[in-house]
Amino acid sequence: MASGVKPRVKVPKKATAGDVIKIKSLISHKMESGQRKGKDGNLIPRSIINRFTCEFGGEMVIDVAMDPAISTNPYFQFDAKVPGSGEFVFTWYDDDGDVYTASKSIDAG
Amino acid sequence: MKNTSKLVSALALAAMTSTPALAGPDEDQLWVNDEIQMVTEVAAPAHMENIDTLYSGWRYRSNETQAIQMDDFENPGFVGVENAMVSWAKVEGDAGESCQSCHGDVESLKGVRAVYPRWNEAAGEVRTLEMQVNDCRVTRMSAEEWGYTSGPMANMLALISSVSRGMPVNVAIDGPAQATWEHGKELYYMRTGQLELSCANCHEDSVGLMVRADHLSQGQINGFPTYRLKNTKLNTVHARFKGCVRDTRAQTYKPGSAEFIALELYVASRGNGLSVEGPSVRN
Repeated sequence: MASGVKPRVKVPKKATAGDVIKIKSLISHKMESGQRKGKDGNLIPRSIINRFTCEFGGEMVIDVAMDPAISTNPYFQFDAKVPGSGEFVFTWYDDDGDVYTASKSIDAG
Repeated sequence: MKNTSKLVSALALAAMTSTPALAGPDEDQLWVNDEIQMVTEVAAPAHMENIDTLYSGWRYRSNETQAIQMDDFENPGFVGVENAMVSWAKVEGDAGESCQSCHGDVESLKGVRAVYPRWNEAAGEVRTLEMQVNDCRVTRMSAEEWGYTSGPMANMLALISSVSRGMPVNVAIDGPAQATWEHGKELYYMRTGQLELSCANCHEDSVGLMVRADHLSQGQINGFPTYRLKNTKLNTVHARFKGCVRDTRAQTYKPGSAEFIALELYVASRGNGLSVEGPSVRN
Protein backbone atom coordinates (compact mmCIF):
# COMPACT_ATOMS: atom_id res chain seq x y z
CA MET A 1 0.00 0.00 0.00
CA ALA A 2 1.03 3.57 -0.51
CA SER A 3 2.76 4.81 2.63
CA GLY A 4 1.56 7.51 5.00
CA VAL A 5 -2.08 7.39 3.94
CA LYS A 6 -4.37 8.85 6.55
CA PRO A 7 -7.99 9.87 5.98
CA ARG A 8 -9.54 12.79 7.86
CA VAL A 9 -13.17 13.88 7.79
CA LYS A 10 -15.09 16.65 9.47
CA VAL A 11 -18.84 16.38 9.96
CA PRO A 12 -20.89 18.41 12.45
CA LYS A 13 -21.84 16.29 15.48
CA LYS A 14 -25.36 17.70 15.67
CA ALA A 15 -27.92 18.98 13.21
CA THR A 16 -31.66 19.24 12.74
CA ALA A 17 -33.32 16.82 10.31
CA GLY A 18 -33.60 18.52 6.94
CA ASP A 19 -30.57 20.74 7.55
CA VAL A 20 -27.95 21.20 4.88
CA ILE A 21 -24.54 20.59 6.44
CA LYS A 22 -20.99 21.10 5.23
CA ILE A 23 -18.75 18.05 5.02
CA LYS A 24 -14.98 18.24 4.59
CA SER A 25 -12.64 15.38 3.78
CA LEU A 26 -8.91 15.16 3.25
CA ILE A 27 -6.69 12.15 2.73
CA SER A 28 -2.92 12.29 2.83
CA HIS A 29 -1.73 10.59 -0.34
CA LYS A 30 1.12 11.39 -2.70
CA MET A 31 -1.05 11.02 -5.86
CA GLU A 32 1.80 10.04 -8.16
CA SER A 33 0.58 10.89 -11.65
CA GLY A 34 2.58 8.30 -13.58
CA GLN A 35 4.03 10.97 -15.84
CA ARG A 36 7.03 12.02 -13.78
CA LYS A 37 10.49 10.55 -14.16
CA GLY A 38 12.61 9.49 -11.18
CA LYS A 39 16.32 10.13 -10.63
CA ASP A 40 17.15 7.07 -12.74
CA GLY A 41 15.26 8.48 -15.74
CA ASN A 42 12.50 5.89 -15.62
CA LEU A 43 8.83 6.72 -15.19
CA ILE A 44 7.55 6.55 -11.64
CA PRO A 45 4.51 4.25 -11.80
CA ARG A 46 1.12 5.85 -11.35
CA SER A 47 -0.28 5.54 -7.84
CA ILE A 48 -3.39 7.58 -7.12
CA ILE A 49 -6.72 7.34 -5.40
CA ASN A 50 -9.14 6.85 -8.27
CA ARG A 51 -12.51 7.01 -6.54
CA PHE A 52 -14.00 8.68 -3.50
CA THR A 53 -17.47 8.01 -2.17
CA CYS A 54 -19.63 9.11 0.72
CA GLU A 55 -22.68 7.13 1.80
CA PHE A 56 -25.37 7.82 4.35
CA GLY A 57 -27.42 4.87 5.60
CA GLY A 58 -26.64 2.88 2.45
CA GLU A 59 -27.58 5.76 0.15
CA MET A 60 -24.89 7.32 -2.02
CA VAL A 61 -24.31 11.00 -1.21
CA ILE A 62 -21.41 11.62 -3.56
CA ASP A 63 -19.36 9.41 -5.87
CA VAL A 64 -16.28 10.98 -7.43
CA ALA A 65 -14.10 9.53 -10.19
CA MET A 66 -10.56 10.85 -9.79
CA ASP A 67 -7.86 11.21 -12.42
CA PRO A 68 -4.08 11.75 -12.36
CA ALA A 69 -4.23 15.56 -12.56
CA ILE A 70 -5.50 15.78 -8.97
CA SER A 71 -2.74 16.95 -6.66
CA THR A 72 -1.32 15.57 -3.44
CA ASN A 73 -3.55 15.18 -0.38
CA PRO A 74 -6.92 15.43 -2.16
CA TYR A 75 -9.47 17.56 -0.34
CA PHE A 76 -13.22 17.49 -0.95
CA GLN A 77 -15.83 19.75 0.54
CA PHE A 78 -19.52 19.33 -0.20
CA ASP A 79 -22.97 19.98 1.23
CA ALA A 80 -25.46 17.28 2.20
CA LYS A 81 -29.01 17.35 3.47
CA VAL A 82 -29.45 15.14 6.54
CA PRO A 83 -32.81 13.31 6.73
CA GLY A 84 -32.18 12.21 10.34
CA SER A 85 -29.61 10.66 12.67
CA GLY A 86 -27.23 8.23 11.07
CA GLU A 87 -23.71 7.58 9.92
CA PHE A 88 -21.72 8.98 7.04
CA VAL A 89 -19.30 6.42 5.59
CA PHE A 90 -16.41 7.69 3.49
CA THR A 91 -14.42 5.40 1.20
CA TRP A 92 -11.30 6.03 -0.85
CA TYR A 93 -10.17 3.50 -3.50
CA ASP A 94 -6.44 3.30 -4.19
CA ASP A 95 -4.93 2.19 -7.54
CA ASP A 96 -3.16 -0.65 -5.75
CA GLY A 97 -6.48 -2.12 -4.60
CA ASP A 98 -6.37 -0.72 -1.08
CA VAL A 99 -9.56 0.75 0.32
CA TYR A 100 -9.48 3.31 3.10
CA THR A 101 -12.59 4.11 5.09
CA ALA A 102 -13.68 6.55 7.73
CA SER A 103 -17.07 7.13 9.29
CA LYS A 104 -18.76 9.85 11.33
CA SER A 105 -22.15 9.70 12.95
CA ILE A 106 -24.44 12.66 13.22
CA ASP A 107 -27.19 13.27 15.72
CA ALA A 108 -30.16 14.87 13.96
CA GLY A 109 -33.00 13.94 16.27
CA MET B 1 -20.69 58.43 3.43
CA LYS B 2 -20.33 56.62 6.70
CA ASN B 3 -17.06 55.73 8.30
CA THR B 4 -15.45 58.37 6.15
CA SER B 5 -11.99 58.50 7.64
CA LYS B 6 -11.62 54.74 7.60
CA LEU B 7 -12.80 54.52 4.03
CA VAL B 8 -10.57 57.34 2.86
CA SER B 9 -7.51 55.76 4.39
CA ALA B 10 -8.48 52.43 2.85
CA LEU B 11 -8.85 54.10 -0.53
CA ALA B 12 -5.52 55.84 -0.14
CA LEU B 13 -3.91 52.52 0.64
CA ALA B 14 -5.66 50.89 -2.28
CA ALA B 15 -4.36 53.62 -4.56
CA MET B 16 -0.86 53.08 -3.27
CA THR B 17 -0.93 49.33 -3.57
CA SER B 18 -2.95 48.86 -6.72
CA THR B 19 -0.31 49.94 -9.22
CA PRO B 20 1.65 47.93 -10.07
CA ALA B 21 -0.47 44.94 -9.14
CA LEU B 22 0.61 43.19 -5.96
CA ALA B 23 2.99 45.89 -4.82
CA GLY B 24 2.72 45.12 -1.16
CA PRO B 25 1.00 43.04 1.46
CA ASP B 26 -2.79 42.86 1.31
CA GLU B 27 -5.22 44.01 4.00
CA ASP B 28 -6.55 40.62 5.07
CA GLN B 29 -6.67 39.59 8.70
CA LEU B 30 -5.65 36.12 9.81
CA TRP B 31 -7.94 34.17 12.09
CA VAL B 32 -7.25 30.46 12.41
CA ASN B 33 -10.31 28.25 13.06
CA ASP B 34 -12.16 31.50 13.92
CA GLU B 35 -10.39 31.20 17.30
CA ILE B 36 -6.78 32.30 17.16
CA GLN B 37 -6.11 35.80 15.93
CA MET B 38 -2.65 36.16 14.45
CA VAL B 39 -0.69 39.39 14.43
CA THR B 40 0.40 39.73 10.82
CA GLU B 41 1.35 43.41 10.97
CA VAL B 42 3.29 45.09 13.76
CA ALA B 43 5.83 47.87 14.30
CA ALA B 44 9.36 46.66 13.65
CA PRO B 45 11.67 46.04 16.62
CA ALA B 46 14.18 48.79 17.42
CA HIS B 47 17.17 46.96 15.95
CA MET B 48 15.77 47.02 12.41
CA GLU B 49 17.15 49.91 10.44
CA ASN B 50 15.45 49.68 7.06
CA ILE B 51 11.95 48.42 7.76
CA ASP B 52 9.25 50.16 9.79
CA THR B 53 6.42 47.64 9.76
CA LEU B 54 6.65 43.88 9.89
CA TYR B 55 4.29 41.80 7.78
CA SER B 56 3.85 38.06 8.01
CA GLY B 57 4.46 36.21 4.75
CA TRP B 58 0.78 35.21 4.92
CA ARG B 59 -0.17 38.75 3.85
CA TYR B 60 1.72 38.34 0.56
CA ARG B 61 -0.03 35.16 -0.50
CA SER B 62 -3.13 34.81 -2.67
CA ASN B 63 -6.56 34.54 -1.07
CA GLU B 64 -6.75 30.86 -1.97
CA THR B 65 -3.46 30.04 -0.24
CA GLN B 66 -4.40 32.21 2.74
CA ALA B 67 -7.68 30.34 3.16
CA ILE B 68 -5.94 26.97 3.52
CA GLN B 69 -4.12 28.20 6.62
CA MET B 70 -7.30 29.58 8.20
CA ASP B 71 -8.70 26.14 8.95
CA ASP B 72 -6.61 23.42 10.60
CA PHE B 73 -8.64 20.80 8.82
CA GLU B 74 -7.68 22.11 5.41
CA ASN B 75 -4.09 22.86 6.41
CA PRO B 76 -2.07 19.86 5.19
CA GLY B 77 0.62 20.77 7.74
CA PHE B 78 -1.66 19.18 10.30
CA VAL B 79 -1.13 15.78 8.74
CA GLY B 80 2.46 16.29 9.94
CA VAL B 81 1.24 17.42 13.36
CA GLU B 82 -0.85 14.26 13.71
CA ASN B 83 2.11 12.10 12.71
CA ALA B 84 4.27 13.90 15.26
CA MET B 85 1.73 13.15 18.00
CA VAL B 86 2.41 9.47 17.35
CA SER B 87 6.20 10.07 17.63
CA TRP B 88 5.61 12.15 20.76
CA ALA B 89 4.15 9.17 22.62
CA LYS B 90 6.45 6.54 21.09
CA VAL B 91 9.22 5.06 23.22
CA GLU B 92 12.44 4.94 21.22
CA GLY B 93 16.07 4.25 22.09
CA ASP B 94 17.75 2.34 24.91
CA ALA B 95 16.61 4.56 27.78
CA GLY B 96 12.98 3.51 27.40
CA GLU B 97 11.78 7.09 27.22
CA SER B 98 9.50 9.04 24.90
CA CYS B 99 8.91 12.78 24.62
CA GLN B 100 5.76 12.21 26.61
CA SER B 101 7.41 10.44 29.55
CA CYS B 102 9.30 13.64 30.47
CA HIS B 103 7.15 16.43 29.06
CA GLY B 104 3.68 14.97 29.52
CA ASP B 105 1.19 16.65 27.26
CA VAL B 106 2.62 18.67 24.38
CA GLU B 107 0.77 21.71 25.76
CA SER B 108 3.56 21.86 28.37
CA LEU B 109 5.78 23.22 25.58
CA LYS B 110 3.49 26.17 24.97
CA GLY B 111 5.59 29.27 24.36
CA VAL B 112 8.78 27.38 23.53
CA ARG B 113 8.69 28.01 19.78
CA ALA B 114 8.37 31.75 20.35
CA VAL B 115 11.74 32.13 22.10
CA TYR B 116 13.95 29.88 19.97
CA PRO B 117 16.78 30.04 18.85
CA ARG B 118 18.00 30.66 22.38
CA TRP B 119 21.21 30.70 24.40
CA ASN B 120 21.77 27.45 26.28
CA GLU B 121 23.84 28.16 29.38
CA ALA B 122 24.90 24.57 30.08
CA ALA B 123 26.06 23.96 26.53
CA GLY B 124 27.49 27.46 26.09
CA GLU B 125 25.94 27.93 22.67
CA VAL B 126 22.90 29.27 20.86
CA ARG B 127 20.55 26.41 20.19
CA THR B 128 17.76 26.02 17.68
CA LEU B 129 14.66 23.99 18.47
CA GLU B 130 15.94 21.26 16.14
CA MET B 131 19.15 20.98 18.18
CA GLN B 132 17.12 20.79 21.38
CA VAL B 133 14.92 18.00 19.99
CA ASN B 134 17.98 16.03 18.91
CA ASP B 135 19.68 16.68 22.26
CA CYS B 136 16.63 15.17 23.98
CA ARG B 137 16.68 12.21 21.64
CA VAL B 138 20.38 11.49 22.22
CA THR B 139 20.95 12.31 25.89
CA ARG B 140 17.53 11.52 27.38
CA MET B 141 16.21 8.78 25.11
CA SER B 142 19.49 7.26 23.87
CA ALA B 143 17.84 7.21 20.47
CA GLU B 144 19.23 8.14 17.09
CA GLU B 145 19.26 11.75 16.00
CA TRP B 146 16.79 12.84 13.41
CA GLY B 147 18.16 14.44 10.26
CA TYR B 148 18.17 18.21 10.71
CA THR B 149 15.65 18.89 7.95
CA SER B 150 14.07 15.41 7.84
CA GLY B 151 10.37 14.62 7.74
CA PRO B 152 10.06 13.46 11.36
CA MET B 153 11.94 16.57 12.53
CA ALA B 154 9.72 18.91 10.50
CA ASN B 155 6.64 17.15 11.85
CA MET B 156 7.82 17.40 15.46
CA LEU B 157 8.59 21.10 15.02
CA ALA B 158 5.12 21.60 13.56
CA LEU B 159 3.60 19.96 16.63
CA ILE B 160 5.70 22.06 19.03
CA SER B 161 4.91 25.25 17.09
CA SER B 162 1.20 24.50 16.90
CA VAL B 163 0.74 24.84 20.67
CA SER B 164 2.37 28.31 20.63
CA ARG B 165 0.27 29.70 17.80
CA GLY B 166 -0.84 33.27 18.30
CA MET B 167 1.94 34.03 20.79
CA PRO B 168 4.38 36.76 19.75
CA VAL B 169 7.85 35.76 18.57
CA ASN B 170 10.28 37.02 21.20
CA VAL B 171 13.86 35.84 20.75
CA ALA B 172 16.59 37.38 22.91
CA ILE B 173 19.37 39.09 21.01
CA ASP B 174 21.35 40.57 23.89
CA GLY B 175 23.58 39.02 26.54
CA PRO B 176 25.44 35.85 25.55
CA ALA B 177 23.45 35.50 22.30
CA GLN B 178 24.63 38.86 20.98
CA ALA B 179 27.80 37.63 19.26
CA THR B 180 25.82 34.98 17.36
CA TRP B 181 23.17 37.57 16.48
CA GLU B 182 25.83 39.96 15.10
CA HIS B 183 27.22 37.11 13.02
CA GLY B 184 23.74 36.40 11.67
CA LYS B 185 23.21 40.04 10.79
CA GLU B 186 26.50 40.10 8.90
CA LEU B 187 25.41 37.03 6.92
CA TYR B 188 22.04 38.63 6.17
CA TYR B 189 23.68 41.58 4.47
CA MET B 190 26.50 39.60 2.82
CA ARG B 191 26.13 39.09 -0.93
CA THR B 192 26.69 35.52 -2.05
CA GLY B 193 26.86 33.51 -5.25
CA GLN B 194 27.26 34.33 -8.91
CA LEU B 195 24.22 36.59 -8.72
CA GLU B 196 25.78 38.48 -5.80
CA LEU B 197 22.58 38.75 -3.83
CA SER B 198 22.22 39.12 -0.08
CA CYS B 199 19.07 38.25 1.85
CA ALA B 200 18.42 41.99 2.11
CA ASN B 201 18.50 42.57 -1.67
CA CYS B 202 15.27 40.63 -2.04
CA HIS B 203 13.60 40.82 1.36
CA GLU B 204 14.35 44.48 2.19
CA ASP B 205 15.19 46.33 -1.04
CA SER B 206 12.68 44.51 -3.27
CA VAL B 207 10.01 43.43 -0.81
CA GLY B 208 6.57 43.38 -2.45
CA LEU B 209 7.94 43.08 -5.99
CA MET B 210 7.61 40.02 -8.16
CA VAL B 211 10.56 37.77 -8.93
CA ARG B 212 9.05 36.05 -11.93
CA ALA B 213 5.97 34.36 -10.46
CA ASP B 214 6.92 34.86 -6.79
CA HIS B 215 5.64 37.73 -4.69
CA LEU B 216 8.54 38.72 -2.46
CA SER B 217 7.72 38.87 1.24
CA GLN B 218 9.89 40.10 4.08
CA GLY B 219 11.27 36.60 4.50
CA GLN B 220 9.83 36.20 7.99
CA ILE B 221 10.21 32.79 9.64
CA ASN B 222 7.40 33.09 12.20
CA GLY B 223 5.33 30.59 10.20
CA PHE B 224 7.87 27.76 10.12
CA PRO B 225 7.73 24.88 9.66
CA THR B 226 5.82 25.79 6.53
CA TYR B 227 3.74 23.56 4.32
CA ARG B 228 4.66 24.59 0.79
CA LEU B 229 2.26 23.86 -2.02
CA LYS B 230 5.20 23.58 -4.43
CA ASN B 231 6.75 20.57 -2.73
CA THR B 232 3.72 19.37 -0.76
CA LYS B 233 5.57 18.89 2.50
CA LEU B 234 6.55 20.68 5.68
CA ASN B 235 9.73 22.69 5.23
CA THR B 236 12.17 23.64 7.96
CA VAL B 237 13.89 27.02 8.28
CA HIS B 238 17.35 25.78 7.34
CA ALA B 239 16.06 23.93 4.29
CA ARG B 240 14.47 27.21 3.17
CA PHE B 241 17.70 29.16 3.82
CA LYS B 242 19.54 26.59 1.77
CA GLY B 243 17.07 27.04 -1.09
CA CYS B 244 17.47 30.82 -0.99
CA VAL B 245 21.27 30.73 -0.92
CA ARG B 246 21.31 28.16 -3.71
CA ASP B 247 19.15 30.49 -5.79
CA THR B 248 21.92 33.09 -5.62
CA ARG B 249 24.04 30.39 -7.31
CA ALA B 250 26.28 29.94 -4.32
CA GLN B 251 27.62 26.91 -2.52
CA THR B 252 25.28 26.77 0.46
CA TYR B 253 26.01 26.33 4.12
CA LYS B 254 24.78 23.08 5.58
CA PRO B 255 21.52 22.88 7.54
CA GLY B 256 22.51 22.86 11.20
CA SER B 257 25.78 24.74 10.51
CA ALA B 258 26.98 27.58 12.74
CA GLU B 259 26.24 30.04 9.93
CA PHE B 260 22.60 28.99 9.53
CA ILE B 261 22.07 28.92 13.31
CA ALA B 262 23.32 32.51 13.52
CA LEU B 263 21.21 33.51 10.52
CA GLU B 264 18.14 31.85 12.02
CA LEU B 265 18.59 33.82 15.25
CA TYR B 266 18.93 37.06 13.33
CA VAL B 267 16.01 36.43 10.98
CA ALA B 268 13.82 35.27 13.88
CA SER B 269 14.64 38.52 15.72
CA ARG B 270 13.45 40.46 12.66
CA GLY B 271 10.04 38.91 13.34
CA ASN B 272 9.88 39.79 17.05
CA GLY B 273 6.27 40.79 17.63
CA LEU B 274 4.63 38.73 14.86
CA SER B 275 2.61 35.70 15.93
CA VAL B 276 3.95 32.17 15.85
CA GLU B 277 2.02 30.68 12.90
CA GLY B 278 3.63 27.28 12.37
CA PRO B 279 2.63 25.15 10.65
CA SER B 280 1.72 27.79 8.09
CA VAL B 281 0.82 27.40 4.41
CA ARG B 282 2.74 29.13 1.64
CA ASN B 283 3.25 28.56 -2.05
